[in-house]
Amino acid sequence: MLEAVSDGPLSTHAGPYFGEFGGRFVPEALIAALDELDTEYHKALTDPAFGRELARLHRTYTGRPSPLTEVPRFAKHVAGGVRVFLKREDLNHTGSHKINNVLGQALLVKRMGKTRVIAETGAGQHGVATATAAALLDLECVVYMGEEDTQRQALNVARMRLLGAEVIPVTIGSRTLKDAINEALRDWVANVETTHYLLGTVTGPHPFPEMVRDFHKIIGEEAKAQLLEEIGRLPDAVAACVGGGSNAMGIFNAFLDDPEVRLFGFEAGGEGISSGRHAARFSGGEPGVLHGAKSYLLQDDDGQTLPSHSVSAGLDYPSVGPEHAWLHDIGRADYRPVTDVEAMDAFRILCRTEGIIPAIESAHALAGAIALGDELAGWTGDDGHEPVLLVNLSGRGDKDVATAAAWFDLIDDEPVVLADQGEQL
Amino acid sequence: MSVLDVRSQVGEFLDGLGRPALIGYLPVGYPSVDDSVDAVRTMIDAGADVIELGMPYTDPVMDGPLIQTAVDAALARGTKVRDTIRAVEQVSGRGAPILIMTYWNLVLRYGVDAFARDLASAGGAGLITPDLIPDEAADWLAASDAHGLDRVFLVAPSSTPERLASTSAASRGFVYAASTMGVTGERATLGNRAEQLVADTRAAGAERVCVGVGVARPEQAAEVAGYADGVIVGTALVRTLVDAPDAATGRADLARLTSALAEGVRSAR
Repeated sequence: MLEAVSDGPLSTHAGPYFGEFGGRFVPEALIAALDELDTEYHKALTDPAFGRELARLHRTYTGRPSPLTEVPRFAKHVAGGVRVFLKREDLNHTGSHKINNVLGQALLVKRMGKTRVIAETGAGQHGVATATAAALLDLECVVYMGEEDTQRQALNVARMRLLGAEVIPVTIGSRTLKDAINEALRDWVANVETTHYLLGTVTGPHPFPEMVRDFHKIIGEEAKAQLLEEIGRLPDAVAACVGGGSNAMGIFNAFLDDPEVRLFGFEAGGEGISSGRHAARFSGGEPGVLHGAKSYLLQDDDGQTLPSHSVSAGLDYPSVGPEHAWLHDIGRADYRPVTDVEAMDAFRILCRTEGIIPAIESAHALAGAIALGDELAGWTGDDGHEPVLLVNLSGRGDKDVATAAAWFDLIDDEPVVLADQGEQL
Repeated sequence: MSVLDVRSQVGEFLDGLGRPALIGYLPVGYPSVDDSVDAVRTMIDAGADVIELGMPYTDPVMDGPLIQTAVDAALARGTKVRDTIRAVEQVSGRGAPILIMTYWNLVLRYGVDAFARDLASAGGAGLITPDLIPDEAADWLAASDAHGLDRVFLVAPSSTPERLASTSAASRGFVYAASTMGVTGERATLGNRAEQLVADTRAAGAERVCVGVGVARPEQAAEVAGYADGVIVGTALVRTLVDAPDAATGRADLARLTSALAEGVRSAR
C-alpha cells in the first residue's frame, strides 16, 4: 500500500515538503524569522545541553513519562477479545499533550534571545500551555483567541490571565481559531524581531510541521517502549484524534516505519459530512493553502476557506497538518470522520467504565476505536495473540465538563452553565 | 521562454511615464461589484497611474482591519473570483495597467495556468502575490511567462541580501517593497527603513521598486516618490468608501484623495 515516496525512514522525513504538501506560503517579511528558527532548531537538536534541559523539564515539570493504562472495561465496547491501552497525555501538567511542544519551543525562544511569545488558541489548551511556559521561563506572552471562543472557554481565559498572559479576543472574520491564527500572523509580521510565534500544532509554514512533530514524538516513543514491556510486542493499530494533528503525529511517528502497525486518525465529523457542518478535511476537503502550508482544506469552489464545525473546539479547524495529508495520500495512515454524537457517546463510556474523563477531542479517538470494533477483532495474529489497540488520550476533560453536562442534560433546576448544547463554556 | 523574453506591461508603462507612479488599491465587490468598478474608473480619472485590484479572500493575513472589513463585506455580498476577472475587463483599456492583488489559494483553486490565461485575455497586466514567495511559485513563473503577465513579489525590511536578489530576479514589472514590518494600514510616519530597502533592492538587481504599506497622505506620497519608482496606496483610499454615507459621496471623496496623492507623487521629482 505504501508507494516509494521517500528515500529514508518515514519517521525522520524533513520539511519543507511532505510529498506535494507543506511549504511556506507566507509573506516575505516572515521568511528571515522562519529561517532563523529552522537554523536554531537544528543547532539545538545536536546540542546535548538542549536535549538534557528539555528532558529535565519533562521529568520534573511535565510529569513524563506519562503512564500507559490498559482499559479492559472500555475494551468490551470495542470488540470481544481486543485489548485497548491508553497513552495518558491527559495526566501531563496543564492537562494535555500540548506542553510537550510548548516547552521545546519556549527553550528555543530563550536560545534565540527573543523576549515575547504569541500564540493562537481555540479551546484554550495551547494558550494555557503557552502561558504556563512563559511564566516558567520569564517571557512576555500574548494569546489570540476568537471572541466566540473566549466566551465558550471563559475558564481557560481566566487561567491564562492568572498565569500572567494577555488574552486578546479576536473580533474580525468568523471570530474563531482560524481568525486567531490570522491575528497572530499579523502580530508576528509586525514584531518579528522580538517575538516568536509559538504555533500550537503541526500546521503552518516550514519548519513548524517538522519541529512540532519532533517535540511530540516522545509520546509514541514512550508508548512503544511501555507496550514492549507490558505485552512484549508492537500494537496492531494506533488511534488518535486529528485537529491540526499534533497529538496524532506525536503517537504515530514511532510506528511509521513498522508497516504491520495500522494507523488511524479520527477527525471531527460534526453533524455528519452530508450536513456540511463538520471539520472532516479528508472526507470533505481538497488540497489547498491556508496559514502557510499546502494541505487538505475545507474550501468552496472559489478557494475561500469554509467554516468548520465540531462539538470539540480543539478539532474545529478547516485545515490539517501537511504530513497527515501526505500519510493519507501514500496510504500509510487511514483518516475517518467521527460525529459529535459518536464522540460524546464514547466520552460517557470511558467516564463510566474506567473512571477517566477524557477531553472531547480525545473522545473522537475513543469513538473511532469503538467504530473499528469488529474490524479489529478480526486481526488475530498468526500466533493467535489478541489484537491490541493503542489510543492516544491526548487530554483530560475538566475543560469540557460544562459542555458534557449540557449535552447529557445533567443539570437540575437552574443551569449552572449557560452553554448551548454542544458549546463549551 | 526566459524572463528576459517576456515584455513587462507595467515595466514599459512605468518607464514611459518618466516619473514616479501612483498605484491605487481597491478591493473588488466593495460596496458592490458595480460600485467597485465605478470607483476604480474614478480613481483612474483622478490620476492613479496603475491599479491594484484586490481579490476578496477570507483570510487576508497581510491586510489590516480596515481592508479586511471591506473584503468581508464584499464576500458576504457574494463576490466571486470570476467577478474580479470581469472587473478587470471593465476597467482595462483606460490607460492604467491593472494588476490583481491576490492571496494564493484563490489562484491555486482556479488553476494557475487557467487563471493566468483568463487574466491575460481580460486585459490584466499581472499579479501581486502577498503570500507567495518565488521559492513556491514554479507554476506561476511558468504560467506568467506563457501568458505574458507581470509578477510582482514582495520584499520586506527583514529580507536578507540573498533574498532581495532572488526575489528581484523572479519579479517582472516591479518589486513591491513593504515600507515597514507590518500589515496594510495608514502610518503616521514611515521612518527611513523604506528608503534603505528601496536602495538595497535596487542594489540587489531590481529594475523598478515601488513602496507600499502605510502610505496614506499626499505629503508621504511625495516623500516616497522622492526615492521610489511608484507609491502604492490602499487603506486610505478604501477608507474614503468605507466612511462615506453613500456611493456618490464615496466616489467624490475618493477622487479628491486620489488627485491629492497624484499631485504629491508628481511634485516629488
